[in-house]
Amino acid sequence: MALLEVHDLNVYYGVIQALKGINFKVNEGEIVALIGANGAGKTSTMQSIVGLIQSKTGNIIFDDKDITKMATHTIVSIGMSQVPEGRRIFQELTVYENLLMGAFLQKDKKKIKEALADVYELFPRLKERKNQIAGTLSGGEQQMLAISRALMNRPKLLMLDEPSMGLSPLLVQEVFGIIKKIHEAGTTILLVEQNAKMALKIADYAYVLETGRIVLEGKASELLKNDDIKKAYLGS
Amino acid sequence: MCTVKEFLNYEIFCGALFFKKKGIFMEFIGTLINGLSLGGVYAMIALGYTMVYGIAKLLNFAHGDIIMVGGYLLFVFVGIVNNSIIALLITAVLCAIFGIVMEKLAYKPLRGASPLAVLITAIGVSYLLQSLAQIIFGTQTKFVTLFQNLGVINIGSLVIQVSTLITLFSCIVIMAGLTLFIKFSKTGRAMIAVSEDRGASELMGINVNSIITITFAIGSFLAAAASFFYLLKNPQINPTLGSMPGIKAFTAAVIGGVGSIPGAMAGGVLLGIIEMFTAKVSFLTPYTEAIEFGILILILLVRPSGLLGKKRREKV
Repeated sequence: MALLEVHDLNVYYGVIQALKGINFKVNEGEIVALIGANGAGKTSTMQSIVGLIQSKTGNIIFDDKDITKMATHTIVSIGMSQVPEGRRIFQELTVYENLLMGAFLQKDKKKIKEALADVYELFPRLKERKNQIAGTLSGGEQQMLAISRALMNRPKLLMLDEPSMGLSPLLVQEVFGIIKKIHEAGTTILLVEQNAKMALKIADYAYVLETGRIVLEGKASELLKNDDIKKAYLGS
Repeated sequence: MCTVKEFLNYEIFCGALFFKKKGIFMEFIGTLINGLSLGGVYAMIALGYTMVYGIAKLLNFAHGDIIMVGGYLLFVFVGIVNNSIIALLITAVLCAIFGIVMEKLAYKPLRGASPLAVLITAIGVSYLLQSLAQIIFGTQTKFVTLFQNLGVINIGSLVIQVSTLITLFSCIVIMAGLTLFIKFSKTGRAMIAVSEDRGASELMGINVNSIITITFAIGSFLAAAASFFYLLKNPQINPTLGSMPGIKAFTAAVIGGVGSIPGAMAGGVLLGIIEMFTAKVSFLTPYTEAIEFGILILILLVRPSGLLGKKRREKV
């Protein structure tokens, strides 16, 4: 069953059209990757789905509800979380306070505690540093915090925008390992990546975005073997 | 060229450094308390500027005029209920509502517009309020008696007006309360989050519009309180009542680092103290404002982000 369906999505920045009628879906329980070069429209796709960009046409259906015109905070409240590009953690707040912000809509204190325990289990380092000001964390730790913060909302769909950006190869491995773990725990994932190789390795299905259009789609394992993809994105 | 001895004879140094004579020392303390008290009022107004700027990213130049609106409301309600405290409570609540309405009508439609358009609108709102006050209440100065002669307190040779102490104490309580609210309440933390990154805050499920509404309400509430303490000292109300304290508080907010709450408090207190000390030193008195705005220029030259303003750290 499709958890997220995007129909004929167009996004405009003034007179510039960033997305030109894209269609894709994310089935429940899948990891879906959206790959493409810089400027292909990946982040525009992510931001328009979650309502941060309102100048758009088309239809976005999430969990059987039409969310096209919904405000971001309403979309978040029905179970969609996004880890934005560049992490964007709250630098002046502590790690713990950042995590609390992630559970902003959760009124039940017991549930917040449970969610906290879960993310601390996934990222023991954050527990050690819970009283540290988030801006003083390393890049890798900030990415872990950004992911944890999104998980605090207990999303049905977790969207990750360039989680590997600016991280060392070792940390990239770690982050992707964690994404896999989150998926195994039952969360559906939509992943946007420039690092196509890593993304295709963990994804079930993938779409290739080029200058605002989806030019190719298929099972991730098949795209990994596709010659065009190899040449354009995998560097081999 | 003057000799060192002549230089030291200047009154300011008599006042500030040579307090071996008990009388002068007491005068120094008295002036300091007066300065802190006035500074507290400036700080309360500056908080409105700085919080609105931090969260809605707009300079609300009509903020000073809320003091004026508060002044007239106090005038009206003191007349009706004949009790200053009740009149203050009504005024504070009405001003908070007034702030919300102002935001909804004037600024919300401009969200996403160029900062210049918003700035011009704010100036327009300021003139609109002043003109409305003129139409409703006329240009004649109104007088409001909040308390019948509160009297003075004598501690040795130190003479302090009771109203000064009430102001100082109230400012401390209000600012401590605000600090605790921002630091420990969910809404307060959301305010910090929105001021740091609006988009990321929306992704947390925060309704940014309602946070902006709350911010305007708090800022206007503080302006109403400031209006009360301002009139306690100088009970004259006219349509441009808010202009000077508004400009002073704006200066305080920029000195402290616009967007920074402790900065607004520090900036306000600094200006209040400068104002009271220059009032004591006769040859500096005519230059009070020149000194205050001179300090603003100096600080902007040396530290453009203000005393406690944050420099954005970007980690990619």
